[in-house]
Amino acid sequence: MTSTALRSRAWQLLEMVTTPLLPSDYLDLFSPLRAGADLRGRIEAVHAETPDAATIVIRPGKGWRGHVAGQYVRIGVDVDGVRLWRAYSVTSPTNRQDGRITITVKAIPDGKVSNHLVRHAKPGTVIQLDQATGEFVLPKTKPAKVLYLTAGSGITPVMGMLRDAQLEDVVMVHSAPRKQDVIFRNDLHDLVADKSLRLVELHTDTDGMLDVARLHELVPDWAERETWACGPTGMLDAAEAHWAANGIAERLHTERFRPTIVVAGDGGEVTFGTTGKTVDADGATPLLDVGEAAGVLMPSGCRMGICFGCSTPLKAGAVRDLRTGEITEAEPGVLVQTCVSAAAGPCELER
Amino acid sequence: MTAIDPTAHLTAEQIEELGRELDAIRDEVIASRGEKDAAYIRKVISAQRKLELVSRGILLFSIFPPAWIVGTAGLSVAKIMDNMEIGHNILHGQWDWMRDPKIHSTTWDWDHVSPADQWKHSHNELHHKYTNVIGKDNDLGYGIMRVDEDQKWHPIHLGQPLWNFINACFFEYGIAAYDLELGKNLHKRRRKNPEFRARAKAVGRKIRKQVLKDYVIHPLLSGPSFLTTLAATFTANIIRNLWSHSVIMCGHFPEGVQVFERRSIKGETRGQWYLRQMMGSANISGSKAMHFMTGNLSHQIEHHLFPDLPSNRYAEVAVKVRALFEKYELDYVTGPLPKQVFSAWHKVFRLSLPNKKVKTPDRERELVAA
Repeated sequence: MTSTALRSRAWQLLEMVTTPLLPSDYLDLFSPLRAGADLRGRIEAVHAETPDAATIVIRPGKGWRGHVAGQYVRIGVDVDGVRLWRAYSVTSPTNRQDGRITITVKAIPDGKVSNHLVRHAKPGTVIQLDQATGEFVLPKTKPAKVLYLTAGSGITPVMGMLRDAQLEDVVMVHSAPRKQDVIFRNDLHDLVADKSLRLVELHTDTDGMLDVARLHELVPDWAERETWACGPTGMLDAAEAHWAANGIAERLHTERFRPTIVVAGDGGEVTFGTTGKTVDADGATPLLDVGEAAGVLMPSGCRMGICFGCSTPLKAGAVRDLRTGEITEAEPGVLVQTCVSAAAGPCELER
Repeated sequence: MTAIDPTAHLTAEQIEELGRELDAIRDEVIASRGEKDAAYIRKVISAQRKLELVSRGILLFSIFPPAWIVGTAGLSVAKIMDNMEIGHNILHGQWDWMRDPKIHSTTWDWDHVSPADQWKHSHNELHHKYTNVIGKDNDLGYGIMRVDEDQKWHPIHLGQPLWNFINACFFEYGIAAYDLELGKNLHKRRRKNPEFRARAKAVGRKIRKQVLKDYVIHPLLSGPSFLTTLAATFTANIIRNLWSHSVIMCGHFPEGVQVFERRSIKGETRGQWYLRQMMGSANISGSKAMHFMTGNLSHQIEHHLFPDLPSNRYAEVAVKVRALFEKYELDYVTGPLPKQVFSAWHKVFRLSLPNKKVKTPDRERELVAA
């Protein structure tokens, strides 16, 4: 018998010992970060970055597979006793020696998780973790000239890239309301002093908003640069239009933090097949919110349609994508992102 | 329906007002549910698991009498915690609001031979909805006993004190049979029903796992202590069964609790539903430890009014609910555990005999109009 087969035999025996619980239910009491456990992390430190942003240092569990600079991670945090999932960019370099990772969170108004993490997170707290994911990363062959176009907390994935890779020629145009709102300001200026970064720092309260169409005044060779942009929807929309108008759309890579909701249609009765719950939903409320309000255990993640952590089988009826208005009808194997989908008539989800 | 309708003095408007006041109590708890409550249930679960681990560890040496006694006592308490404060309440969805998939009514399973989903159906959907309605709520005597004068007497009821005692000893099997509606389903035609067969199979699987764990695996692990560990787990199961049976009898069987006619619940309003729960349940008074060991089912009235509120909040809810009983001049049935257990058993004995032919004036049969 191979050692794997032996181990699985031993595990089966252990399951007979602990039934109806699982051996892991007991092991989790003593070692929640062990290999083989559901992926979790322990908050080990919280450092204030600005008055409303903080970096959270996390020791990931043994199952952590690492990340690529620019990727984000879904974390599940208990806020007022309720498990809430959000996605945050990893801001630590991939080669950090102590094996810990950091995320940097900006508290947004009414943001339950962000405010909790920035103001109330305590070292020692165990949080739920998912493997890092995301396409907003540098390519394997490093481009010669790079532009990072960021605003506000949009700096976080880019900070992960800046800390990770030494590139020849990097320009960053970063906007924040005021000097004291610039997350990582000291780190950025250290890089400038090292001559490894040219930084254009805009304080929009005094300088006004960045006009993407006049980017050439700040970065004359912008069009030659491979560009990564992350920030508010307005800035990204303008950037996409500008790059497209110049015929170089393929040189722009964007990461959005908010869904752009364009349409709302008619709602309908939503049935959660597994739990047998049925509720009326309007055509503007994401099915994720509908399910959570009805007490259904809904998987969730970024809540903005990018991470697919909330994907759920659509068993019957139709749903509308709140970003595009596109209708998806039930077919075997069809999954929908509940965080950006609303009922388009009666529908049934497998939850 | 044991006497004159004790709610006859309430107008329809008062009953709806009562319903609104109860809704307000519920809303207050929901608005204040939070971190402390979550920490509570996690602490209880963690304590239960550690107690069970330690007790089963001690029982590996159960051949030594002190180890047997300590281990059996610990395992009994652990099993009671698992079934009462933890299992029963999680399966009610009391902790679903935490959105923790590990502590959720749809994922939880308990140290009990009835599979969680079958129990949830017969308990949450039938018993809690049709509480004390004759012919609808099978908890009224579990289909083997007569617990109200209005239930028809059959000669088989002469043996009900014995049935009840046997049921108490092997209560978890009684519950499993009851969740399967075995009495009804054992008729020839129903036995072949594929849905019933699937459910019976699930029960069989659960029983096999439970029996294997308690009576084969753990005794085997104990080596020379095989027989004493077997005796210890058997004893712990009996103690758990007797305890939970007693607590559950106290919830609806003591004297003073009302039962209802099937037709009395037609078109029942929210207020009337609340009122039926208030009149159809009984509490147990006692210490904090007693409340904990009953899974807070000692607050049966509050639990029946708000089955999905976290159990650790029933004590504070009880103060407000009791004030409403006084305001609306209703009888709050409660008493210490021995008194309530005696009262319930007394009824089991009394109703094993047919009703007395002569009706005394205060025993006049009148329907509760709730």
